[in-house]
Amino acid sequence: MEFLPRLPLADWIDAFVDWLKNADFIFDGLTSFIDVILTGLAGAIGILPSWILIIAFTALTFWFAGRKVGLAAFVLIGLLLLDNMGYWEDMVLTLAIVLTAAIISVVVGVPLGIWMAKKQAVEGTLRPVLDFMQTMPAFVYLIPAVAFFGIGEVPGVVASVIFAMPPTIRLTNLGIRQVSTEMIEAADAFGSTAMQKLFKVQLPMAKTTIMAGVNQTIMLSLSMVVIASMIGAGGLGTAVYYAVGRNDVGGGFEAGFAIVILAIILDRLTQSFSEGKD
Amino acid sequence: MAKIKVEGLTKVFGKKPKRALELLEQNKTKDEILKETGNTVGVNKATFDVKDGEIFVIMGLSGSGKSTLVRLLNRLINPTAGKVWVDSEDLSTMDEKTLRETRRKKMSMVFQKFGLFPFRTIASNVEYGLEIQGMAKEERADKAQNALELVGLKGYENMYPEELSGGMQQRVGLARALANDPDILLMDEAFSALDPLIRKDMQDELIDLQNKMQKTIVFITHDLDEALRLGDRIMIMKGGSVVQIGTPEEILTEPEDEYVEKFVEDVDRSKVFTVGNVMMRAETINMDKEGPRVAMQRMKDAKISSIFVVNRERKLIGIVHADDVSRLMKEGKNSVEEVIDRDIPTTTKDTVLKDILELLTYKSNVPVAVVEDEKIKGIVVRGTVVAALSGSEVKLNGISS
Ligand SMILES: Nc1ncnc2c1ncn2[C@@H]1O[C@H](COP(=O)(O)OP(=O)(O)OP(=O)(O)O)[C@@H](O)[C@H]1O
Ligand SMILES: [Mg+2]
Repeated sequence: MEFLPRLPLADWIDAFVDWLKNADFIFDGLTSFIDVILTGLAGAIGILPSWILIIAFTALTFWFAGRKVGLAAFVLIGLLLLDNMGYWEDMVLTLAIVLTAAIISVVVGVPLGIWMAKKQAVEGTLRPVLDFMQTMPAFVYLIPAVAFFGIGEVPGVVASVIFAMPPTIRLTNLGIRQVSTEMIEAADAFGSTAMQKLFKVQLPMAKTTIMAGVNQTIMLSLSMVVIASMIGAGGLGTAVYYAVGRNDVGGGFEAGFAIVILAIILDRLTQSFSEGKD
Repeated sequence: MAKIKVEGLTKVFGKKPKRALELLEQNKTKDEILKETGNTVGVNKATFDVKDGEIFVIMGLSGSGKSTLVRLLNRLINPTAGKVWVDSEDLSTMDEKTLRETRRKKMSMVFQKFGLFPFRTIASNVEYGLEIQGMAKEERADKAQNALELVGLKGYENMYPEELSGGMQQRVGLARALANDPDILLMDEAFSALDPLIRKDMQDELIDLQNKMQKTIVFITHDLDEALRLGDRIMIMKGGSVVQIGTPEEILTEPEDEYVEKFVEDVDRSKVFTVGNVMMRAETINMDKEGPRVAMQRMKDAKISSIFVVNRERKLIGIVHADDVSRLMKEGKNSVEEVIDRDIPTTTKDTVLKDILELLTYKSNVPVAVVEDEKIKGIVVRGTVVAALSGSEVKLNGISS
């Protein structure tokens, strides 16, 4: 194949990215928008003393995730330990980034998923894009994120959204497509408008599936936030990143453990929303 | 007036409906078309009317196109060819909004597989049709409550469909349709999941409802007994085509072809045929002007051994028997009055045969008088009843029912 000249794919992408930079005002707008959500969330969570949050988290997981005493005890002890190890502030920041990314993913992803379910053409175009988004190695997203949004938490959120949104879109699409013809016919036979059908029948029927997507999105955001520490997104990831850099096995494990605790809490909580009846 | 009018209605499922339509024109069967094009003929050129206020039953074996047809009536399925008019409005040219209004106000559907929303309570399922019309909460809750009471499900309002048995769910489906108070009810095997006792109740309830509110009901069923019980008219389908449309009697007495005959073969005829179907002209004498001699002559002419006695107003008085009459003649009496047997069995035209079988065995020599406004309209004798029940041709001796 050497008779072919090497395709300058990298150059083209660079050129495209340069061209996109002309739309600076859009990215500035997005940056401040994301920043507002992020600082708002971080501030809201951070303003509470850690013990209140620990009790709240324990209670929430107990009430929502099947009233399992063992799980609640794990959350309680885990969070106390996390606080004790001095990772509380990092945890709050990580949580804020994850939640911001998750909120954006849901707000953008669910409507996209609905659109995809309703229009065959949209599904045809979006599906390969989603495949692409998910198979690309996660930290490749860091590069354009930095290019457009600089460094810090905001590009971390952006990279997380790109990386973590596909499951929400996919499962929203799937959930709505899975609604049986019987339900659709019942909705139609009584004279529902398209919107009534969507909100009163399709979305409620698809709720469990959509929540499974949101759960995956949150877990993927969390994993991305750790990676995003490479571009200056603070939080627990940074602690891991530094520990790796300093070959500090103990410190790395401590930070890793803190992430695991957060991951479990988030996972169980969102799972419970997807399983519960209302 | 026709509430629903259907003309040449055809539905082909598959990718080459055009080709399939051509083949249908050539009178190819459903199976042949499936083999040739891979398309399924759901409904084949159905033409019929449903009259205002009637219960129109559609019957046929599984896969004969009943569900498809009923879905064409409210355009849940778009026809491949043919038209449907509801109240003289052409369904196929309706825009979405008009179609929606028609579905909201005019026709409700009860689904074969219930079609209840699992995430809604029973009450809120029943309210659905009203909710989407924007009715106020209390008002629709009221109506839902009434509808639930009507189907005997009071007290289940706050449960979820999965907590109810199949039969109960089916009744919720019915309540949901009734709550909308539509002119037309489309009922796709709406009673199939009910146990026999409740099923009977619901059938009675439906007939009542229809009498009270003059709904037009299109009722689909597998079950001939149900069809005969409910239907003002019955339409029989086979392989997507209409085979026969007629009153229950017509279907039973003049089945169009073997298919229909098979259907009606093992029906319990005694529950379907009425006295009107088998009654014969009654021989009578007028006691106020005719004596034993006339009575005897009439019995001889008609080759019978008893004759009914009426008075001047043609009211039925009783019956006299030949031996008593001949004794009166010997005694030279002029009136049959003293030998009239006044304790005679009577019935009415609408009685089903099942209910008079007992009378016929009990005084088996005496025919049963069919009475209306105290006047005798005809008689029923054991022989014709037995003949009718056994399925042989019924001769009606000049009286049409
Ligand atoms: N959505 C569909 N796609 C393809 N074929 C269909 C579809 N719906 C129905 N059919 C076919 O149309 C024919 C009629 O089906 P339909 O459901 O109307 O029968 P039915 O008389 O209601 O039967 P049952 O008594 O079992 O309910 C069948 O051959 C069926 O396979
Ligand atoms: Mg059916």
